[in-house]
Amino acid sequence: MKEKVMQIVFFIAALASVVAVLLICAFLFANGIPAMKEIGFFNFLLGDTWRPSNNLYGILPMILGSIYVTACAILIGVPIGILTSIFMAYFCPKKLYRPLKEATQLLAGIPSVVYGFFGLIVIVPAIRALFGGTGMNILTAGIILGIMILPTLTGVIESSLRTVPESYYEGALALGATHERCVFRVIFPAAKSGVVAGIVLAIGRAVGETMAVVMIAGNQPGMPTSLFKGVRTLTTNIVMEMGYAADLHREALIATGVVLFVFILLINLSVSLLNRKSKKEG
Amino acid sequence: MASENSPVTGINKLSLRDRLDSYKRHPGSFVLLLLVLLAAFITFCILIFIIAFILMKGVPYLNADLFSLTYTSENCSVVPAVINTLIMTVLALLIAIPFGVFSAIYLAEYAKKGSRAVALIRVTTETLSGIPSIVYGLFGLLFFVTSLEWGYSILAGAFTLAIMILPLIMRTTEEALLSVSDSYREGSFGLGAGKLRTIFRIVLPTAIPGILAGVILGIGRIVGETAALMYTSGTVANVPSSVMGSGRTLALHMYVLSQEGLHVDQAYATAVILLLLVVGINTLSGFVAKKLVKGK
Repeated sequence: MKEKVMQIVFFIAALASVVAVLLICAFLFANGIPAMKEIGFFNFLLGDTWRPSNNLYGILPMILGSIYVTACAILIGVPIGILTSIFMAYFCPKKLYRPLKEATQLLAGIPSVVYGFFGLIVIVPAIRALFGGTGMNILTAGIILGIMILPTLTGVIESSLRTVPESYYEGALALGATHERCVFRVIFPAAKSGVVAGIVLAIGRAVGETMAVVMIAGNQPGMPTSLFKGVRTLTTNIVMEMGYAADLHREALIATGVVLFVFILLINLSVSLLNRKSKKEG
Repeated sequence: MASENSPVTGINKLSLRDRLDSYKRHPGSFVLLLLVLLAAFITFCILIFIIAFILMKGVPYLNADLFSLTYTSENCSVVPAVINTLIMTVLALLIAIPFGVFSAIYLAEYAKKGSRAVALIRVTTETLSGIPSIVYGLFGLLFFVTSLEWGYSILAGAFTLAIMILPLIMRTTEEALLSVSDSYREGSFGLGAGKLRTIFRIVLPTAIPGILAGVILGIGRIVGETAALMYTSGTVANVPSSVMGSGRTLALHMYVLSQEGLHVDQAYATAVILLLLVVGINTLSGFVAKKLVKGK
């Protein structure tokens, strides 16, 4: 009897995550979709002016802002991340491995406000000195996000490199290839889908990051026209204005959240598809 | 590994000169080696630079004022924020641990492989762990703050964070449970214990270090979280009289300080405290997890 009751209790607890996801979807969509309808679906997604005081709610600048900032972060973070994970998996001296591995986990543990603050006092003045302007722009946000996605990249890519069978490496070595050639031409291509999964996961992190970006990106809601212009992303749009927004303005911000949520869901979906694919290959 | 003086290691070992010769013949490989080393160097330098910079800038401003019991706009005391963080952490864990551990028990001990319910639970936990914290904040605002009419409160913040760390606790607990050897379970069954007794008396105690490591990681996330709390727990600087009151945690406190721009020195010092706290918590988690490996 007690056994049966507890089994049901465990099952109900396990449903908590299902309930949570349903609630999150229900509340976001119920509050966001009406606003999209009222503003007009295409006016909302493709409008290039965000001016709540004039009832203009176009989030195209923020969508582009998110894409540009993320692209910048990927361009900076991915090469370093891939090469670092290759280092960790195939070049790292054994004695150094543990401390370095812990160091990458430390990088993951630093709170995003601290990254934002670091960006504000180090990267912003540096960019200002190098390129002029306020120093708060797409490039600055991209650099900080590029650093922030490093632990995600190295974690996923290193473990996918390690799942490649030893025999691949040995085979290549026996054919006379150098260590580097084995790693880059044989092992790396074999781990390709894991690498892609890591990059997509990193894109998700970068798109969803809020606090670090709001502190250093400038947050002007205009169309992003250059790398050195201030930019507002989907996440920062919510965090900037939610505090005082009311009525349609508030709902438009929630609708921004819906767009962000859908972006993230698509990214998660492709990660799990890629993982399934890499499991099949491995 | 073959022993030192066996002929096999003799063949596989390359002297420095051999290696240089090989790189001379394959300059491409040498370039790749340099690139790899450079990237690793950059990664670890960034980490050291961030930590060293924050410490160097912040430590000189750690003074008695910063640790006064109440917050005023002059002393920018972190004490109320630290207390709020503690309350928030305890509350969020009280909510998240039972759900997280129980659902992990279900997944690891009861669930039939390939059942629809299990697949659904796995998909939703995966989804939860990918949702950005600002979306959690938005949901907390819509559900706990507005619909349930809790207002900006510690409780609303704690519930939001509990949902956020739920997937983390579920995953680490499940891994810990699965790593308990089946012979323990069989031994317990053999002595006549029921399934429930086996889980609570044998499997859970053995899995404690793994669960603890996950919980500590969760604490690290709670302490560092900002975006999910801004519109759920609110930004009042002092300790509220009850959990229905608004109060800001250390991370949020730091954000507000650095945005106001009036107390940059105190913001540096707060950053030091926050950084040390989170780094300490994460190191502790790694330490506990290592104990687990050693214990086996």
